Amino acid sequence: MSVPLTHEEIARYSRHLILDEVGVEGQTRLKNSSVLCIGTGGLGSPLLLYLAAAGVGRIGVVDFDVVDASNLHRQIIHGTRSVGQRKVVSARDRILDVNPHVRVDLYEEPFTSENALRIAADYDVVVDGTDNFPTRYLVNDACVLLGKPNVYGSIFKFEGQASVFNHQGGPNYRDLYPEPPPPGLVPSCAEGGVLGVLPGIIGTIQATETLKILLGVGTTLSGRLLLFDALTMRFRELKLYKDPQAPAIERLIDYDQFCGIPKAHTGSKEIAPGSEAASFARLSVQEIAARRAAGWNPYVLDVRGAGEAAIVRFPWADALIPHTEVAARLAEVPRDREVLVHCKLGGRSSQAAAVLADAGYRVTNMEGGITAWAKEIDPSLPTY
Amino acid sequence: MSVSIRIPTALRPYTDGCAAVDVDADTAGAALDALTTAHPRLATHLRGPDGRLRSFVNVYRNDEDIRSLEREATPVKSGDTLVIVPSIAGGA
Repeated sequence: MSVPLTHEEIARYSRHLILDEVGVEGQTRLKNSSVLCIGTGGLGSPLLLYLAAAGVGRIGVVDFDVVDASNLHRQIIHGTRSVGQRKVVSARDRILDVNPHVRVDLYEEPFTSENALRIAADYDVVVDGTDNFPTRYLVNDACVLLGKPNVYGSIFKFEGQASVFNHQGGPNYRDLYPEPPPPGLVPSCAEGGVLGVLPGIIGTIQATETLKILLGVGTTLSGRLLLFDALTMRFRELKLYKDPQAPAIERLIDYDQFCGIPKAHTGSKEIAPGSEAASFARLSVQEIAARRAAGWNPYVLDVRGAGEAAIVRFPWADALIPHTEVAARLAEVPRDREVLVHCKLGGRSSQAAAVLADAGYRVTNMEGGITAWAKEIDPSLPTY
Repeated sequence: MSVSIRIPTALRPYTDGCAAVDVDADTAGAALDALTTAHPRLATHLRGPDGRLRSFVNVYRNDEDIRSLEREATPVKSGDTLVIVPSIAGGA
């Protein structure tokens, strides 16, 4: 049963109502439609604000994080006073401020193979505002199994991608990328950085596509991959086809395993030499601090970028070589000393550690990087 | 035949920061080989140990995915652009 517009809503949506492509019929359709947004981060922020403002009747929000100061340069749905608050709560308050006619359903839990189908089943369109490969494949597969359109957006540094998957028989994410990259090969925004306004552009494109799908107007990005480069201010459009050889998606799987992510572990772990993974040690910051206090004096190699080192660095670091350059600059690393490598969070340094180990060095990776050190050992250091 | 290869941000650390590299080649595969000859550190990011293009790196001749053409045997001619589009996951 379609619920008609109230007088208050007619006043609010007047600029939509006078568009032939929307009108009273389209606006009523938006009011009676529902969208699930996975993530209230960089992409989710503008998306949720515009969908709310546009009058989408019911909006579901999935996130289990809390607002951090480092979110605010791009996650514009959250404000300074929301720091420390649960993201779903902060997002809901802002959405209802924009438009109290919207109903907001909160899912303060990770989106998993166990709950994905139950949560997404209740919505007309799903929007992918996640930040990692396992959840992206999960969102895709859940949408394919449920027959829902999946509005895709993804960002890195100055570049973005957008498309519409699984819409009216069109291709899905697995037709674009059948498999994820191995963990660590593609840096995250936390490690690579991102221009704050970039998710604003890509998230707004996702909002546009979502509204077009709900209204049934225009031509969506289904079958097209849109690339955006903020540095050159260029858009490029590529054709996207269904892969006839793609295996059918029949059920949800273990997506961490699919993406090669090991189960979480605590404490230190020595990887046996000769095993599949490169043979280097992994130590927690506590263990490294204890060993240093006991006189351990390895060669300390910072593999972050120069811009990061300018924010915060260990005074006792011996050298700064970005992880992508380690292989080419081995000559600068002394062969007669044990090497301790670190980055911001531990991902890039484990790649560098593998390169060094392959070259015959005795290497230890600082798990959690300088961020873990700042949080657990020396809170006087800034985190970024 | 001069073909321009567009290098995405994620791979520019391995091309000395170059956003585009011009090579002489008559197939997509030969163009990528010329690219990795000029920038050897890129090789492992484009091809797996078996020499095949990695499944999370797509290559387009202009706007067409070479998987829908003749894959690495896809002919390229002067003035064509090859676009490398790796999988990225950022969003938060």
